[in-house]
Amino acid sequence: MQAAVIVFPGSNCDRDVAVALEKASGRPPIMVWHQETELPPTDLIVLPGGFSYGDYLRAGAMAAHSPVLREIRAKANGGMPVLGICNGFQILTECGLLPGALLRNSCISFVCRDVWLRVDTTNSVFTCGYAQGEVIRIPIAHHDGNYRAGSDSLEELEAEERIAFRYCDTKGETSDAKNPNGSAHHIAGILNSSRNVLGMMPHPERLADARLGGTDGKPVFSSLVEALA
Amino acid sequence: MKARIHITLKQGVLDPQGKAIATALTSMGFAGVVSVRQGKVIDLDLTESDVNRAEETVRSMCERLLANTVIEEYAVEISE
Repeated sequence: MQAAVIVFPGSNCDRDVAVALEKASGRPPIMVWHQETELPPTDLIVLPGGFSYGDYLRAGAMAAHSPVLREIRAKANGGMPVLGICNGFQILTECGLLPGALLRNSCISFVCRDVWLRVDTTNSVFTCGYAQGEVIRIPIAHHDGNYRAGSDSLEELEAEERIAFRYCDTKGETSDAKNPNGSAHHIAGILNSSRNVLGMMPHPERLADARLGGTDGKPVFSSLVEALA
Repeated sequence: MKARIHITLKQGVLDPQGKAIATALTSMGFAGVVSVRQGKVIDLDLTESDVNRAEETVRSMCERLLANTVIEEYAVEISE
């Protein structure tokens, strides 16, 4: 599997995700600067975490209009898998590849800690390496992760089983107390209707190596390698 | 022409910053603050001299970049 990692001014998880991708696939990803107007031939595009353009205007708003995004939108609409992590998720909602928006956390503060997630669908190239309902521990680090969408969009996400991850407790039970940012329906990650675009606030690349304290994030990358082999 | 754009969260969208400001004002002794909604103001200086064309352009800017209409609403004021 050959991946491309898009680098924006202000990206800061691009290297971490490149390490996780290389470890899973054996191939170093191609790092693509945001000003590029063409993408190299790849099997996967990753929008990494960080603070693209300093979160000016709104998190992800400026990046959504950068030159490379035009190409990414075309590839995504053509079926190419696109993974957006944290700021990458914000960019995907801002550019319209995913529905809804990510608002300021309901607690107002930046939240940086491990949380528990329940895998709510294994029907995607990103989650097929997990078990349905599996509870995993993944770090979050964000200020704007409070997912909002119209009631129609939320109903559609539920009906089409496009909510990939939800915040929960260690037993997989969701509650307001275990929701770190106030997200609607405890949403931590969603898929587009064709299931080839995933946006998620938690950082699987930060727990994809035992030396970092855990490997619960690793299946995101190994799923992709297996599915796209 | 000058344009001033007010961007606020839509009614019904929780505004945690507005809520915190309301709590702070109340704790400072300002009585009678029922609620606070905060937003942002963007000022543009335009070469356009026609009011209607200026407004149309600024509205298009709001729809495409300046506001996220999933969660925000905007109001445009045009002046000489």
